[in-house]
Amino acid sequence: MPLNTKSNIAGADEFYAELIKWHDGLSDEESAAFNARLILLLANHIGDRTVLSEALQIAGGSD
Amino acid sequence: MLLDDHEGIGQGSRAICFAKRSLEIANRYGCAGPMLDKGVVWNVGKVFHEDRQIYEFNLLPEEGHRFPAFINLAQPYFEKFLVERVREAQAQGAPIELRGKNRLEGIEVKEDHTVLTVATPEGNYDILADWLIAADGAGSPMRGMMGLDFEGRVFQDSFLIADIRMLSENFPTERWFWFEPSHKAGASTLLHKQPDDIWRVDFQIGWDVDRAEELKEVNVRKRLDAMLGPDVEYEIVWTSIYTFQCRRMKQFRHGRVIFVGDSAHQVSPFGARGANSGMQDVDNLGWKLGMVIRGEAPDKLLDSYDEERAAAADENILNSTRATDFITPKSRISHVFRNAVLALSETHAFARPLVNSGRLSVPCIYDGLSLTGEDALTGGPEQTRPGSPCPDAPLGDGFLLSALDHGFTLLTVDANDAADVSEGGIVARHLSIEKGDDPSGALARRYLGEATSAVYLIRPDQHVIARWDTYDEIAIRAALRCACAKE
Ligand SMILES: Cc1cc2nc3c(=O)[nH]c(=O)nc-3n(C[C@H](O)[C@H](O)[C@H](O)COP(=O)(O)OP(=O)(O)OC[C@H]3O[C@@H](n4cnc5c(N)ncnc54)[C@H](O)[C@@H]3O)c2cc1C
Repeated sequence: MPLNTKSNIAGADEFYAELIKWHDGLSDEESAAFNARLILLLANHIGDRTVLSEALQIAGGSD
Repeated sequence: MLLDDHEGIGQGSRAICFAKRSLEIANRYGCAGPMLDKGVVWNVGKVFHEDRQIYEFNLLPEEGHRFPAFINLAQPYFEKFLVERVREAQAQGAPIELRGKNRLEGIEVKEDHTVLTVATPEGNYDILADWLIAADGAGSPMRGMMGLDFEGRVFQDSFLIADIRMLSENFPTERWFWFEPSHKAGASTLLHKQPDDIWRVDFQIGWDVDRAEELKEVNVRKRLDAMLGPDVEYEIVWTSIYTFQCRRMKQFRHGRVIFVGDSAHQVSPFGARGANSGMQDVDNLGWKLGMVIRGEAPDKLLDSYDEERAAAADENILNSTRATDFITPKSRISHVFRNAVLALSETHAFARPLVNSGRLSVPCIYDGLSLTGEDALTGGPEQTRPGSPCPDAPLGDGFLLSALDHGFTLLTVDANDAADVSEGGIVARHLSIEKGDDPSGALARRYLGEATSAVYLIRPDQHVIARWDTYDEIAIRAALRCACAKE
């Protein structure tokens, strides 16, 4: 499994709070646009097509 | 013999982008010169979102090809140059007949021929045809008369096209594409230059439209004025509304009836894969049908037409479907992602390859298909692997593609001991090239790569059959048999 699904973020609570904070005051539409931009940025950073497909599958509900 | 229900070349503009491969094919038949002279060459494209330019690209054409990546030329011109070449060949005695105002009305398919009923202003008559090529367009009456399938996806959107003549300094010879332009004249809009100060403008106008209403000059002008600004003068040359489908027949060959072009497969216009793939169809079919008719190859060679061009159609449909989905997103979330890509691409280069306003037509590579042979060239370049169309390269004072034989060619680069190879009556003519013939080094880059010598067996349609390090007559004979469906 090349996708790392173990805990990998130092300061998990801070990250989570920061993520949610960015959505403060955004409409649903703005939030969706924000998320889309975020996904595209992160996906490009990862780059590896198998990792990306695996992440998509897990996000889609298969384990 | 060519039957056409109209007289003369097709009217109405339609296709405007003709790809390098189509020009290379036309050149083999002797009519690319006037196309290139008349056509407009373009390299720069600009992409806009709302009223901002988000980026600009340059096709940066690779050096060392006789033809540019694309020319813009209205389809009637392209057809005119083809017909003029046919007339010239007729004058030199070629047994070609063009019959205008001859409409095919009935077809009876027999085991080894078809019976055609043709209607003319003077009355009806019948033709017995050994072979029938159905090139009667997306609405193909022949497909209908034979009760054959044509399945795929219909896109729920329509586009209004206007070809306009304008003398304006504001618009250079570039391809401009707007996503959601703020002038609102279309959900997307394309502006593209043609010869004679004509511009193609393409507005995406939605699904439920009143065609007659939209095509009224005053309404077309409203959109054009909103887009071009109030002070730009222009004359409307041609307008039309089109909707599009991506679909194909399951099988292109039905015994002695063979479907080519839009009758066999239809794509959305994004990527210019319609007329360009039709040219590749007939180029693929021509040599095979010739060999079968002359008794040089078995009938099953024609099955490879179906195999290869169906693979090409799938590739074209895939590409043009993806472009269409990007340009006209089908769901709210795909619209959100599309606009996220556009927003990011303004400042972040990584997002630009995701922007898809059409992936421009390139020929299909027949990887692993029946006629394609072995790749035994160590360190050979990817772009010339078996199945690929031969890339052009400067050769002495001319170009490689013109030096290849009209039949099969055995091309050797810095290889010894090679000669013509003859197998069961089929000859592959030897063309030997050495370092000195390749001043720019482009030929070595495209055909040698890491190798020090190479031997290529090439088909009449200039696709690579197989390649080796050195001349191996037995392997070449086997590949030649395989390329004629004799194995
Ligand atoms: C708006 C638009 C833009 C396009 N832009 C491009 C582009 O930039 N680049 C590109 O490569 N492609 C483009 N295309 C696609 C391109 O126009 C077609 O793929 C191409 O014309 C198909 O050629 P064809 O010969 O297969 O069919 P057609 O051009 O449709 O020709 C079929 C012929 O058969 C004749 N016919 C039909 N029925 C009968 C009958 N019963 N008897 C006798 N004759 C008959 C018709 O009169 C016609 O002459 C575009 C299409 C559209 C609509």
